[in-house]
Amino acid sequence: MYGALWRSLPGPVWLRIVILVLVAAAILTACVYWIFPWLEHTFFANDATVGGSP
Amino acid sequence: MIGELLLTAGVFVFLYLGWQLFLNNAIQGGDQKNIAVAASREWQGAYAAAPISVDVPKADTPATGSNVPAFAGAPGNAEVFATLIVPRFGADWSKPIAEGVGTSDVLDTIGIGHYPGTAWPGQVGNFAVAAHRTTHGAPFYDINQLDAGDSLYVETADGWYRYVFRSHSYVLPEGVEVLASVPQIPDAVATDRYMTLTSCNPLFSASERIIGYAALDSFVPRGEGPPAEIAHLYGAA
Repeated sequence: MYGALWRSLPGPVWLRIVILVLVAAAILTACVYWIFPWLEHTFFANDATVGGSP
Repeated sequence: MIGELLLTAGVFVFLYLGWQLFLNNAIQGGDQKNIAVAASREWQGAYAAAPISVDVPKADTPATGSNVPAFAGAPGNAEVFATLIVPRFGADWSKPIAEGVGTSDVLDTIGIGHYPGTAWPGQVGNFAVAAHRTTHGAPFYDINQLDAGDSLYVETADGWYRYVFRSHSYVLPEGVEVLASVPQIPDAVATDRYMTLTSCNPLFSASERIIGYAALDSFVPRGEGPPAEIAHLYGAA
């Protein structure tokens, strides 16, 4: 999978590395700002109150 | 191919754990502390600019029992109206208290939420608050470390209410009797001023609730300056 990804990238080695770093940063940012908060709210109840909701 | 996918999934599981347990916990914990410090400074500044007098009979200062002025505001949902200062949780530990116990608008972001309908600080009845035990800044992480006699200071614009910790109990998530005006005795009519803290138990679980009970000891009006035990939080002022 990663081998195919590497071969499909254009340009010299340094350009491929730059592209991969940018993609990784974008994925991490999306995780921290949107995906992880959504995961937590949807799947991991962490309720400190008594009486059910919220 | 499948191996690479599984490895990638594993990396994301660890990333999520790192985010939830450390990164987000630290970020939101720091944000909450900043909210508390800002609120406290604002009250100190407002008092310095225009001293307010709170009616506390001079014969009995610091005020005890019947002459404690109850908090008189009516904060809207998610509005910060007090801060909680607990020396047992750390020398400079303070967190903001907002109205309401909604998850995303209060508990996840501001920290401590006041159960709507329960008493206000200093009011006869039960001043009940909730906060996370783990994640989202984890304000009540150390709630199980409280000992009988520990001070819980509730600071409002008027001054400092000192509640004294009494005991813990453990209840099921539906144990709303702890919010009664006399905790655990729903039919009783309160004559004392209680404070109740609720959080998750055990750690990293939501299967039970840990409850902390405290009772009001005294009130120090802002004009007299912060109580000695927490004066260092206010610097030279």
